[in-house]
Amino acid sequence: MNDELELKDLYDGFRDADTIKAFAKIIEEDAKKLGKTINIMEVCGGHTHTIMKYGIPQLLPDNINFIHGPGCPVCIMPKERIDSAYILSLQEDVILVTLGDMIKVPGSKGSLQDARAKGADVRFVYSPLDCIKIAKENPSKKVIFFAIGFETTTPMTCSLLEAVVKQEINNVYFHINHVTVPEVMKELIDSRDEHVDSYNNRIDAFLGPSHVSVISGSKIYEQFPEHYKRPVVVAGFEPVDVMQAISMLVKQFIENRCELEIEYKRLVSYDGNKRAQEMMDKYFKKVMFKWRGLGNIPTSGLELKDEYNKYNAKEIYKDVLPIEEIEDHKLCICGDILRGIANPPDCTVFGTACKPTKPIGSCMVSSEGACAAYYKYGNLLK
Amino acid sequence: MCLSIPSKIKSIDSEMNTCIVDTMGVERGASLDLIDQDVVVGDYVLLHIGFAMNKIDEEDAMESLKVYREIIDKMEEEDRLAAIAESENCPNR
Repeated sequence: MNDELELKDLYDGFRDADTIKAFAKIIEEDAKKLGKTINIMEVCGGHTHTIMKYGIPQLLPDNINFIHGPGCPVCIMPKERIDSAYILSLQEDVILVTLGDMIKVPGSKGSLQDARAKGADVRFVYSPLDCIKIAKENPSKKVIFFAIGFETTTPMTCSLLEAVVKQEINNVYFHINHVTVPEVMKELIDSRDEHVDSYNNRIDAFLGPSHVSVISGSKIYEQFPEHYKRPVVVAGFEPVDVMQAISMLVKQFIENRCELEIEYKRLVSYDGNKRAQEMMDKYFKKVMFKWRGLGNIPTSGLELKDEYNKYNAKEIYKDVLPIEEIEDHKLCICGDILRGIANPPDCTVFGTACKPTKPIGSCMVSSEGACAAYYKYGNLLK
Repeated sequence: MCLSIPSKIKSIDSEMNTCIVDTMGVERGASLDLIDQDVVVGDYVLLHIGFAMNKIDEEDAMESLKVYREIIDKMEEEDRLAAIAESENCPNR
């Protein structure tokens, strides 16, 4: 390898089979000293996907377990909000714009794909900024951006709003469905509801999300080692990143440490992207969010501040948008899976009534969901 | 959704605050609105839904790759020594 970095190093270098095997060997040796099983929650759906795609559970000793977390923006969207997108798309003169992942997610009335079949103008964009072009080309239409995602995508929504305000574009509106990671991690550890006693959760450590942390910095996880006594290693999405992060966590356990560490140093710092954080603070306030499978979590969602109400589709269309809550499907155990007390194959409808083509529950909905990953790559499990 | 991709900046339009990036041979436009560091042509950035999210720290990336190489080399050396030890213990030697 030359001393100069090339683009292919950033791909191949962190997917290299020999490096993955080398880490597997190190982890295997270290795990013998653990004397117990450790359950690592990968909070982010992107990690779930990597773990399943590269067969990482197969490479690890029996006493290292994964618990698949709730970090997939599409999976955690409750049906009410998908219904909102569906209803908005069918309003007169509306072009509903969102990111591609939302297309097949079913609400109680259908998916955006179904709305499209009914004649709705639903568009999926590569970038939120594409809304500006659509709005300029369609001055008589109302362009509603159905914004989804964690801290990773929130600043992009801010950037669109900033452009809309600056350029005085008067036909772009927002339906905000942004959520934040630390609150749901806390909920998974210390909540108690009528359905599940989360105090009995099995989470021993966290693999911190990659690209949420690029924006927020690793500082948002500080409370977990300090207050909750769960170590956190922020890891990149490539298989070598995941293996190295697991190795770092195992070392923490055998050395009796409980710390916040960053494996993904090439992109994540302690402070994160300050410009993005400032934009989020400028436009958004924290609100309660109902997570699909997990229920209401205080301050885990973001909403436009009141001074931006004239851009808020929830205000403008409040007479037509749903207010009643919709229960999750009774047979679906996604809530238990997200809380780490069950695995996808434990579910009676997994792979039968519930498949990626016709998902019942949140974890089957997007390719980053735990059930969808098990469905696609499950034959790699030992 | 979150699987952003490393890309290399090919050109910068400072008036529009956008750039053209190369993502494994595919060129496309991206906004620089979220970048809080100075970027120049040739820098590596992480691309996500049309935005450069952050600069990739080349030094850290290189350092990681170097560490991996060292780990593998050390293991190969251990394997080689083990093979020698084994052959030395071989009764048919």
